[in-house]
Amino acid sequence: MDFRWDLIIRSMPVLLEGAWVTVKLTTIAVTIGLVIGTFVGMARTSKNKIVYGIASVYVDFIRGTPLLVQIFLVYMGLPQLLGFPIPVWIAAITSLGVNSGAYVAEIVRAGIQSIDRGQVEAARSLGMTHRQTMRYIILPQAFKRIIPPLGNEFIAMLKDSSLVAVISLEELMRKGQIIQTRTFRPFEIYLAVAVLYLIMTLTISRLVAFAERRLKTE
Amino acid sequence: MITVKNLHKRFGNLHVLKGVSNHVEQGEVVVVIGPSGSGKSTFLRCLNLLEEPDEGEVWVDGVQVNMPGVNINKVREEVGMVFQHFNLFPHKTALENITLAPIKVRGWDKKEAEAYAYELLDKVGLRDKARVYPDQLSGGQKQRVAIARALAMKPKVMLFDEPTSALDPEMIGEVLDVMKKLAKEGMTMVVVTHEMGFAREVGDRVLFMDEGFIIEENTPAELFTNPQNPRTQSFLSKIL
Ligand SMILES: Nc1ncnc2c1ncn2[C@@H]1O[C@H](COP(=O)(O)OP(=O)(O)OP(=O)(O)O)[C@@H](O)[C@H]1O
Ligand SMILES: [Mg+2]
Repeated sequence: MDFRWDLIIRSMPVLLEGAWVTVKLTTIAVTIGLVIGTFVGMARTSKNKIVYGIASVYVDFIRGTPLLVQIFLVYMGLPQLLGFPIPVWIAAITSLGVNSGAYVAEIVRAGIQSIDRGQVEAARSLGMTHRQTMRYIILPQAFKRIIPPLGNEFIAMLKDSSLVAVISLEELMRKGQIIQTRTFRPFEIYLAVAVLYLIMTLTISRLVAFAERRLKTE
Repeated sequence: MITVKNLHKRFGNLHVLKGVSNHVEQGEVVVVIGPSGSGKSTFLRCLNLLEEPDEGEVWVDGVQVNMPGVNINKVREEVGMVFQHFNLFPHKTALENITLAPIKVRGWDKKEAEAYAYELLDKVGLRDKARVYPDQLSGGQKQRVAIARALAMKPKVMLFDEPTSALDPEMIGEVLDVMKKLAKEGMTMVVVTHEMGFAREVGDRVLFMDEGFIIEENTPAELFTNPQNPRTQSFLSKIL
């Protein structure tokens, strides 16, 4: 069997372009996820039953349904309701961001709940409001602790973002598909795609491990 | 300064406070003793509404505080609390621990808050630890910072829940010394502790709690040497 190295090399510029899109897409999605997840994570620790209930429905729905279905719901389902089409980029960022939010919310909730109750009591006994206590005392400590799981969430999202290839957003996976349909060399192309994903995920896990060590020694 | 009337507190089916009434004068130092589980901490925590009483009244400085519409945060600004396990904020330096609430809650500017924080650090003998994080402090030092943190709000009352019982014996003295200094300066204090020396030296009154009631109260000298209630007698015989 021949292995077409030359094909991999010639595809590389296009694949790297796709990889860059994947990085941007994932970063934006996880950033949106962080914002949503911080609020929903707090809501999941709320004593207010309605707040807790709404947050729980969101988290359960997202985590209990396939991401692919969520992507179709946003890209094809929403336009039906709205009466106008949604650009692919917006659909991709929205579905991935909203998806990430649910997973981040659970990470944030666990982080908040891992902080000793005495911290809340000390803050409240000084007259701080619930909001001030969250902002100055609980969240800063919680975020330090949840850096490793957030790193894992970033890695998971980076891999899962390949699913938006189905709505033709030209990230890494989609670039691979496009080259593959022209060259009919799926082994070389998808191997190259896989290696690029691997390089990205390994890099991120190294960065997270580094950040974790830095914070520990601090 | 503090008045409680017929205070009840339940946790589910557990009836922890079964009608506690008392009055603490301004400048008075009241020591609360009693067996484990008798409700001492719960009583103290009802005074700054960390626990919400189920029944009865809590008055602080002439205002009934367990009423709908009362701003609980405002009440707590006036009532400092010191915990058994210090509960310092680990991500903040000693100085930041002390200045955070004055800045965020009282709205002081940073300079003003820090100047007062240094004054308090002098008072607890820790000026040189201002920039240090809690995990580099000994237990006794942590508790002294925690006292300074509570004092920084200029509270009218200070509550202490077993402030020395998580400390190694050689560190108890330094914390009690700070508390004695406070007492002598006229701070109103309610202190849950089993440090009888402290109670004798600065306590004006001792309350003995058992099973959700204050079953005996008296001056330290009287209560320790001449307890009336058999349960007080048996408790004191175990700890003295
Ligand atoms: N948040 C809570 N939920 C349920 N039960 C509680 C709670 N807080 C306290 N209790 C229970 O209430 C009772 C009285 O507790 P409390 O902490 O007031 O006792 P204490 O006199 O301070 O005891 P100790 O000397 O051990 O500190 C105990 O049985 C305790 O288990
Ligand atoms: Mg207690």
